Amino acid sequence: MERLKALHKNREAMLVLLIIASVMAMSIGMPRFLKLGNFANIFADSSILIMVALGQFLVILTGGIDLSIGSMIAFCGMLGALINMNYPGLSPIWCVVAGALTGAGLGLFNGVLVAYGKIPAIIVTLGTMGIFRGFTYVLSKGQWVTAHEMTEGFTNIPHGTLFGIPNIILFAILTSLAIYYFIQFTRTGRELYAIGGNKAAAVLVGIKEERLQLLIFTICGLISGIAGVLWAARYAAAVNEMATGFELMTVAACVLGGVSISGGSGLVGGVVLGALFMGLLSNSLTMIKNMAFYQMFMQGMVVIIAMVFNELMARNSNKTVLNRRLK
Amino acid sequence: MDTKPILELKGISKFFPGIKALDEINFKARCGEVHALIGENGAGKSTLIKVVTGVHQPTSGSIILDGKEIHFDTVQDAQAAGISAIHQEASMFSELSVAENIFMGHHLKKGNGFSPLNWKEMYKRTQELLDKLELDIAPDEIVKNLSVAQRHMVEIAKALSIDAQVIIMDEPTSALSLNEVEELYKIIRQLKAENKAIVFISHKFEEIFEICDYFTVMRDGQYVGEGIIADSSINSIVEMMVGRSFDKMYPKVDAKIGEPVLEAQNLSRSGFFRDISFTLHEGEILGFFGLVGAGRSEVMRAIFGIDKLDYGTIKLWGKETVITDAKTAMHQKIAYIPEDRQSQGAILKMNISENITLALLDEMCKFGVIQKKKEKRISERFYRKMEVRSAGLHVDVDTLSGGNQQKVVLAKWLATEPRILILDEPTKGVDVGTKAKVHEFVSQLASQGLAVILVSSELPEILGMSDRVVVMHEGIKTAEFARDEADSEVIIKAAVSEVEYC
Repeated sequence: MERLKALHKNREAMLVLLIIASVMAMSIGMPRFLKLGNFANIFADSSILIMVALGQFLVILTGGIDLSIGSMIAFCGMLGALINMNYPGLSPIWCVVAGALTGAGLGLFNGVLVAYGKIPAIIVTLGTMGIFRGFTYVLSKGQWVTAHEMTEGFTNIPHGTLFGIPNIILFAILTSLAIYYFIQFTRTGRELYAIGGNKAAAVLVGIKEERLQLLIFTICGLISGIAGVLWAARYAAAVNEMATGFELMTVAACVLGGVSISGGSGLVGGVVLGALFMGLLSNSLTMIKNMAFYQMFMQGMVVIIAMVFNELMARNSNKTVLNRRLK
Repeated sequence: MDTKPILELKGISKFFPGIKALDEINFKARCGEVHALIGENGAGKSTLIKVVTGVHQPTSGSIILDGKEIHFDTVQDAQAAGISAIHQEASMFSELSVAENIFMGHHLKKGNGFSPLNWKEMYKRTQELLDKLELDIAPDEIVKNLSVAQRHMVEIAKALSIDAQVIIMDEPTSALSLNEVEELYKIIRQLKAENKAIVFISHKFEEIFEICDYFTVMRDGQYVGEGIIADSSINSIVEMMVGRSFDKMYPKVDAKIGEPVLEAQNLSRSGFFRDISFTLHEGEILGFFGLVGAGRSEVMRAIFGIDKLDYGTIKLWGKETVITDAKTAMHQKIAYIPEDRQSQGAILKMNISENITLALLDEMCKFGVIQKKKEKRISERFYRKMEVRSAGLHVDVDTLSGGNQQKVVLAKWLATEPRILILDEPTKGVDVGTKAKVHEFVSQLASQGLAVILVSSELPEILGMSDRVVVMHEGIKTAEFARDEADSEVIIKAAVSEVEYC
């Protein structure tokens, strides 16, 4: 029990252990799992999830939630792919930039409704989840953009390497570092924790909730936009249904990483490791024969188990506080 | 008077995290008697009532009802045993009818098991109860359409519907007008004639002397004494309530009163307060007294820019200033420490250091980046100054005791180096030791030239600490007293009077 508590205190260490344990379990059953190439693959597969889970983390930190992430990924991915198809001469960098700006615009739309419309985030983003997905169909006229319609430059955005590291992993690392710096060292980051932890107290020290909401929904949209283009390029296909339900994976990664769903607490390291674990889970399940069908089941189970664990440990630590005070 | 008690509490104790709320309380309620339970705010009266009605379970001690020791696990257990309470804030289902509210939790059925509810009978009995209390309320009226007073009456009807032997009223008059209080007295006398035991909690001595037969005094969670009302004087009861010399508890230092720093003129906010004018000087502690709901906190919130003023002007250091939001107020060196530190003060999931510097982010940041060294320096200084007791600065605030959380909130605002400090109920729910420390500290700050507004519902605190006292009643200022004119009698009078009388 004592050791469990220590683990709860250090969520990151717990997740690292969990990841190592899963890898070992997989390797015993399947020696080819241990190949270095596969690890890079798992990391690369988890990269997009890491990025958008961090966007989701910022929103949850303030007590909100963004359910439109999957739809923003689809719209921006489709947009990037269409630009590449219609203007093959254009540098693919511009596809990423277009995706990022469009995503930021969509996020801003969410932010305005939440901050100034005073509509709960879950309702706003439930609505825009449908709207943005609908935009995607309108934009593509229901058509796909397939691999042979994309230029090599485009599909190389995620696969290309810098110092031997695939770009997509670099994107994830850069996003993690940027958000880490943002919430750990800037005053805006501190204000996010404050508003999520106790809105009334934060307002009393002059923190403006509306501005923060606008900002973080825009950031979440921006990340989703970049992620969308990376998604289309990585799978060399822009499908209208892409990333359906992906927002739930991001919530799962946050919960697993120790982010309080009511806002005010959570760390970047936890979210990154939580996303990595979710990625590992789906990757290993698809590699085992007949286990692919269990993927969603397992993802759901992990979320429930993580929540129960959080709850039990929280109760426990409350008790120790109580005992200490009574002494 | 029947001498054998129907309800007896022996050595009841109740511990909460960080607080010993009740310590060996003894209490007896007899049939046909109105028993006043007296004590200051935070003396533990409400906690005691919660133990008797099954909301809380006592840590130790026994409850004896009609000669038998009993144990309540739930509110339903207590109700079934014939104990019913009417709480301070009426707890009703506002979207349901009067009859549905009265029979909530003990609905009548047509038969046993899964048989349907017998609404006809319930409405009939509700009508009987309302008739008995001579209330002009229809049983099918939706509760949200009733006035506050009517709701209280319905609560009483509810207590009668379960055929309660012991009826507890927790400050039943705090929300009632004078006429309605008379109505309540009539009902209480009627209940007394029916040989019910009534426990009456009130802060108002005129009520206690008007309606009660017997009293028990509590202080800081402890039993102090009891007696017959007819044989006692207000002074003797107050002495039991307060029980300590005023000087030690309220170490007011005489400070040099300087120039006016804040002049409020005709401040109004519709529905909350109107025409509030007062002047606050350098080095002065200005007390704001009133009953719950008098609008004192609302005035302070408006001055601090959280709520909007409909009308009125604020002059700071002689210059008219419009305060639009909390940021402006902070720039003007005003600090506001809210009443409810759990919900408005500390951010429990953040650590002590982050809490202390939260109001200072402007000063602490360069290009939006927090300067950790500066943060450490500032937080350490005020952590020491306030003598917060914890394992260090990086401990989360939710692991601290209530008193230490309050110190962190104080440290946060003092770190802004305010020149006007607004304290809203700074010692509510704080133990005696911390209370005295807070008082000493506030007095010290004032003597250094800080202007302090002290909002409090505790009369001894107001009398002990203030240089001047403003009294409010239902949104208007009814009186203002200098320190030497103020005594409990005139202040209470002004706090309950409907009209301006001064």
